[in-house]
Amino acid sequence: MNWGEFFAMKGYGFYVWGSYGVALLIFIIEIVLVRHKRNITLQQLRLLRDAEKEEEGTT
Amino acid sequence: MAINWFKYSAPSTFYWLAGKLAPWFAWPSAVLFAVGLYIGFFVAPTDAQQSEAYRIIFLHVPASIMSMFIYLVMACYAAVGLIFNTRLSSMMASALAPTGALFAFISLWTGALWGKPMWGTWWVWDARLTSELILLFLYFGFIALHASIDDPRRADRASALLAIIGSVNVPIIYFSVKWWNTLHQGSTVKFTGTSMHAAMQQAMFTVLVACWFYAIAVALARVRSIILERERNTQWVAELPEARS
Repeated sequence: MNWGEFFAMKGYGFYVWGSYGVALLIFIIEIVLVRHKRNITLQQLRLLRDAEKEEEGTT
Repeated sequence: MAINWFKYSAPSTFYWLAGKLAPWFAWPSAVLFAVGLYIGFFVAPTDAQQSEAYRIIFLHVPASIMSMFIYLVMACYAAVGLIFNTRLSSMMASALAPTGALFAFISLWTGALWGKPMWGTWWVWDARLTSELILLFLYFGFIALHASIDDPRRADRASALLAIIGSVNVPIIYFSVKWWNTLHQGSTVKFTGTSMHAAMQQAMFTVLVACWFYAIAVALARVRSIILERERNTQWVAELPEARS
């Protein structure tokens, strides 16, 4: 079996790769979002700390 | 050795534990996906009736099982949070919801792409498909309800109630192919065993474990952000090295 035949999936390539491709895409998006969320959360915590420090400095 | 399990129900300890555990599920998950799909595409034979189209099963069945399983786990966490008033359980429920929704979507998506060549239609309003769609909407409802209430503890309680009531849908999905006359075929995986070819079974179960590990890893990673967000005014978060500028 060559690769062309493999990807053709006997005419069902669109359905098979459409299933696996979209699932892979969704997994990647979720992983990126989870990482992004972590960065955002840590950034917000730092801003919160800085704001508190400034408040302490002014009083 | 006696382990004090209650220690890990404290968000501060669990934040650390989740960070340690997540990679131990993430990497095995990637390896299991590779092994499972290798068996599924290169070892498992072509199906006599469905030719190569049947290979969608290696993703469709695990995703469907995960969508139902995660819902039950989420409902359990939500219920524990509601009954024992433990914050961390409610946070775990929130962390699982998006991943569960994603598996429900993959189940419906792969089902549509499998239904088209086999049944001649992307979608039918039959019992199995409709109840799975309701499951996806229950996940959306849980997420939306939680997001719509400002006070996190009140949001936990309200969405917990929704999760618990919605869990009646899970057995309906599972038994739908028995209770009603549906276009969807009967269960591939039964409590009494399956009629599948050995390599097909191995591929499906390997991908199922891979999905399971993936869900655990992602939920653990996500719950860490939820913990930090909701505990931001505590001393331990203030002292966290990664949160210092």
